[in-house]
Amino acid sequence: MGEVSITASCVIRQHRIYRNGELLWEASQDLNLQDFLRAAYDRFSGQYPKFHKMDHLCKLGWLAAEVLLKEPLDYPPAEVGLILANKSASLDTDLRYYDTVKEFPSPALFVYTLPNIVMGEISIRHGFKGENAFFTSDHFDTELVMSYVQQLFDENAVGAALCGWVEVMNEQYEVILHLVEKEKQGLPMNAENLQINKL
Amino acid sequence: MEKLMAALKAQIVEQLNLQEVKPEEIGDDQPLFKEGLGLDSIDALELIVLLQQNYNIRIANPEQGPEIFRSVRTMAEFITAQQTKQ
Repeated sequence: MGEVSITASCVIRQHRIYRNGELLWEASQDLNLQDFLRAAYDRFSGQYPKFHKMDHLCKLGWLAAEVLLKEPLDYPPAEVGLILANKSASLDTDLRYYDTVKEFPSPALFVYTLPNIVMGEISIRHGFKGENAFFTSDHFDTELVMSYVQQLFDENAVGAALCGWVEVMNEQYEVILHLVEKEKQGLPMNAENLQINKL
Repeated sequence: MEKLMAALKAQIVEQLNLQEVKPEEIGDDQPLFKEGLGLDSIDALELIVLLQQNYNIRIANPEQGPEIFRSVRTMAEFITAQQTKQ
């Protein structure tokens, strides 16, 4: 069993986007979340019209993966796993969908009323077909995520994994996304390095 | 018909959140799905909602869908035919 390390990280919080601890971009704090996400898309991606149809949770996770995976991963699609967690599941979109039910239920919103859809959007973009799991808990349970990821590596179910926290509720959001790999140079996968509180 | 097609293009862009497409860029006879505008099955459902919401038209026979939603022109023709019936 080789050691699993964090080889890259992306944090999105308070309208700032960091990669490996370095502030890459900062948007005006006056922007609402929708406008911040559009500005971030224009800055880091573009040319992916489906982005505009995603809900906020998917946009956040998708953007973080976009920043994290500037270079394509050198693993077979079935060997890249995704393990994410958050506090509000898909409640932010569930409530928006509920609002539409009173008149015309929106199919476009309905398809985002599950939190794990964000992993689907990331997988479609990057061609991942590996193991995935989405957990919901009040706080980022780093012990749970760590043990789950470690287990996937120990069973040789994955060669690399994206793991972390993708939370949004109304205008409040936070994304902490890591790339973890085995026998590669990086930070040790531990609670402190997964949590990234210092940014 | 031209006026209806222009309105439909604007409504399609808004309803389907096609933020990188301008209404005037959509051709009257451009296929809406696959190689044309690239819409998918969820968009098809949104188009059904659009007809209901904006024109009070329900599609009674779902098998008509591919024919009705082939292009902006076929949508406009369907709306006109339904409005004539009402």
